[in-house]
Amino acid sequence: MNDEKTQEKTSKMDLNRRAMPHQPPMIRRNNFDEVALGYTEELARAEASRCLQCKKPRCVTGCPVEIDIPGFIACVKKGDFAAGIKKIKEKNCLPSVSGRVCPQESQCESKCILLNKGGEIAIGRIERFLADWEAKQGKVDLPKKAKPTGKKVAIVGSGPAGLTVAGDLILLGHEVTIFEALHKAGGVLIYGIPEFRLPKAIVARELDYLKSLGVKVYTDFVVGKTRSIDELLEEFDAIFVGTGAGLPWFMSIPGENLNGVYSANEYLTRMNLMKGYLAPRSATPVKKHVKVAVVGGGNVAMDSARTALRMGASESHIVYRRSHAELPARAEEAENAEEEGVIFDLLTLPLRYIGDENGWIKEIECIKMELGEPDASGRRTPVEKPGSNFRMPIDAVVVAIGNSPNPLVPATTPGLDTTKRGTLVADPETGKTTRGRVWAGGDIVTGAATVILAMGAGRKAARAMQEYLTTGKQ
Amino acid sequence: MKKVIERSMIVPNMHLLEIEAPEIATKVRPGQFVIVIPVEEGERIPLSIADYDTEKGTISIVFMEVGASTSALACLKAGDEVATCVGPLGNETTIPSSENVLLVGGCYGIGSLYPVAKELKKKGNRVSTLLEARSSYLIYWQNRFIPLSERIYTITRDGSLGTKGHISRLPDVINSMPEKPDRIIVNGCTYLMAHTSEITKELGIPVVVNLNPIMIDGTGMCGVCRVTVSGQTKFACVDGPEFDGHNIDWKEFLARRKAYMTEEALFFRKSDARFAHKEGKCAWHE
Ligand SMILES: Cc1cc2nc3c(=O)[nH]c(=O)nc-3n(C[C@H](O)[C@H](O)[C@H](O)COP(=O)(O)OP(=O)(O)OC[C@H]3O[C@@H](n4cnc5c(N)ncnc54)[C@H](O)[C@@H]3O)c2cc1C
Ligand SMILES: Cc1cc2nc3c(=O)[nH]c(=O)nc-3n(C[C@H](O)[C@H](O)[C@H](O)COP(=O)(O)OP(=O)(O)OC[C@H]3O[C@@H](n4cnc5c(N)ncnc54)[C@H](O)[C@@H]3O)c2cc1C
Ligand code: SF4
Ligand code: FES
Repeated sequence: MNDEKTQEKTSKMDLNRRAMPHQPPMIRRNNFDEVALGYTEELARAEASRCLQCKKPRCVTGCPVEIDIPGFIACVKKGDFAAGIKKIKEKNCLPSVSGRVCPQESQCESKCILLNKGGEIAIGRIERFLADWEAKQGKVDLPKKAKPTGKKVAIVGSGPAGLTVAGDLILLGHEVTIFEALHKAGGVLIYGIPEFRLPKAIVARELDYLKSLGVKVYTDFVVGKTRSIDELLEEFDAIFVGTGAGLPWFMSIPGENLNGVYSANEYLTRMNLMKGYLAPRSATPVKKHVKVAVVGGGNVAMDSARTALRMGASESHIVYRRSHAELPARAEEAENAEEEGVIFDLLTLPLRYIGDENGWIKEIECIKMELGEPDASGRRTPVEKPGSNFRMPIDAVVVAIGNSPNPLVPATTPGLDTTKRGTLVADPETGKTTRGRVWAGGDIVTGAATVILAMGAGRKAARAMQEYLTTGKQ
Repeated sequence: MKKVIERSMIVPNMHLLEIEAPEIATKVRPGQFVIVIPVEEGERIPLSIADYDTEKGTISIVFMEVGASTSALACLKAGDEVATCVGPLGNETTIPSSENVLLVGGCYGIGSLYPVAKELKKKGNRVSTLLEARSSYLIYWQNRFIPLSERIYTITRDGSLGTKGHISRLPDVINSMPEKPDRIIVNGCTYLMAHTSEITKELGIPVVVNLNPIMIDGTGMCGVCRVTVSGQTKFACVDGPEFDGHNIDWKEFLARRKAYMTEEALFFRKSDARFAHKEGKCAWHE
């Protein structure tokens, strides 16, 4: 009986996951315009119509901020986009960003009931469609703010975590000031993720929105240098620390300080924040490289390798020590990179960099790897294949093997405890740190993670801070 | 945006720039620097703080016009603005107490040593100052160092003032001092710092330099400022800029310093008239 019912349902099921239009690979590898073009209204509604509107939606359990996914999808199906975007914004204040950069394939979409039938709903694409639809409507209605409370909140760092806290607390009537070390606000969204994946106009729009609500943004202000947390505590009632994980790792192998060896942070900052992609018209100089190797396999590595192509490199390599299956990047980005012609040198580990007489890199010595026993994280550990050393001629290397938190704030704030990994000790539910009146969230607490986790942490901290600001309890 | 209080040329090619930045002026310590963006969408360049006035809320920078960004700064006049001025960055210079210290300054380093000299004197050290330049007319702020120093020495390449020659004459200057200095602090161009470090190795005098590698953020985020000190990689912007000159891999440092020479020259030539001085007039402002 039951079986029959399911069968009937399955036969009516539309498993055709609608593709999102993209710029063709051979064209986009030569420009910095956005790669994915987004769903049209028709595509969005067609995709939304496939949703089964499950009673117990599993996708929601896969979303770190528990967006009412079937709820907003039902709105899209009906064509009521305004209601749809409102539903998302109850939980997620930056959908135009998360719709583009969330690893949906390992979050909401990986839980979709249609996954094992091979047709999981493209939740991220629908989310993105709604956010872009809203932006196209022009002026957004400003939500009503609560009466001024007279309380002052400082937010250190303007990445997704800080922006979320700002957005939440300003609506509750507090005075909110963001302090940002760089000359532009937005965190990794501005200095790291390239234009072709997240247009900067989108981040600027989100910031304008916060400013129009009354959030004050001070750029060029390095907390720990310009003022310490202790000094800010004299002026502010509560502080949120969202300084991210901005300290680049190197591998400590010979030749790493040769010219032409960059950290991914340097490479991407030069290209994005400092507008190097406009070279030679950019004030900040960039080098023209012919053969670039990017070490690492995450989003940062993909962004670097794809940027290198766009800067005119004839070859751009990903050098990664595990296999394709272990690439930590969003699946879509690895796929995009491959389509654009990035060469994947998998199971390969750099051993040293070899320079020319002027101190510029000219070769990498690598060794081939094979996968051994699974490690604690369940991933199979790569082990060196003896005697498989080889050299790769190259004129630039981008090291994208990870970042840890910048120690500046913890080092200048007595009583703000850190873990062995340099992350801040904070309550996972409230973001409360070991210092009174100081909360934290995002990459500074978790280590390098994702935009949506940073936003989720910001939201939880904002709730706890509101509790303190209204009741005095921390 | 930060307001320019004053900009003047103190000796040929060397300018003094006073900027209104109360939050920096009240916090800065000798040896620290700021990062300045001359105009919107410009380059971030590190510049040492040569003076500050806590009450007026201003900081002063001495800079040499060498490329596009410093040329843009050289065009500024009172009332103009710089797009960004952030700081104070880096660690302060270590100030000993009751030591005999020799300051060696050249180029912009004469300026950046001034707050160091003041602080050294305040902490009861005996200060001697050596100023180095191509010619006597390029030496500035001598008067500021006179009340702070027991002795002032000069080396000029053309011999127009003091000892004739290069910084390689430093041992002669040291030998002429009544007592050997306990430490030498050098500020200025890379050449001056590298050579002073090399020369003093044999003399057994500790030497402290304020490194000036290429930088972007100045907060430890990009790693472009890395330098090898005693075989270990350091980020000059957060671990320095002060380092023991004898432990620096100078060959690597000089190569890294020169990384963008071609591109910088190219941009300088290609950039529109806005940065360029025309017949002594600044095309950007007039
Ligand atoms: C190249 C790249 C690509 C990525 N791609 C993806 C992706 O596709 N999907 C995804 O989900 N995640 C991605 N990530 C990760 C994601 O961007 C981060 O997890 C997220 O931005 C963390 O947010 P945050 O608010 O904690 O910190 P950040 O975004 O790092 O922002 C921190 C801000 O604090 C500022 N700051 C630091 N110290 C100070 C100080 N002392 N005083 C004042 N301000 C300070 C910094 O300048 C920065 O602006 C990527 C990261 C990078 C680098
Ligand atoms: C911590 C720190 C403090 C500094 N303090 C000062 C300061 O107080 N005053 C000051 O004038 N400069 C200072 N500098 C150097 C200054 O940052 C550069 O001069 C500036 O970035 C040049 O920018 P530009 O665009 O005008 O020239 P660019 O076009 O970038 O450079 C032009 C050419 O000059 C060379 N060059 C630039 N600066 C120097 C230098 N200092 N020594 C040798 N060659 C150089 C470059 O390699 C290049 O080939 C400091 C650097 C650091 C890292
Ligand atoms: S925020 Fe991310 S995880 Fe949540 S529904 Fe949207 S795309 Fe999925
Ligand atoms: S200047 Fe970027 S880390 Fe030092």
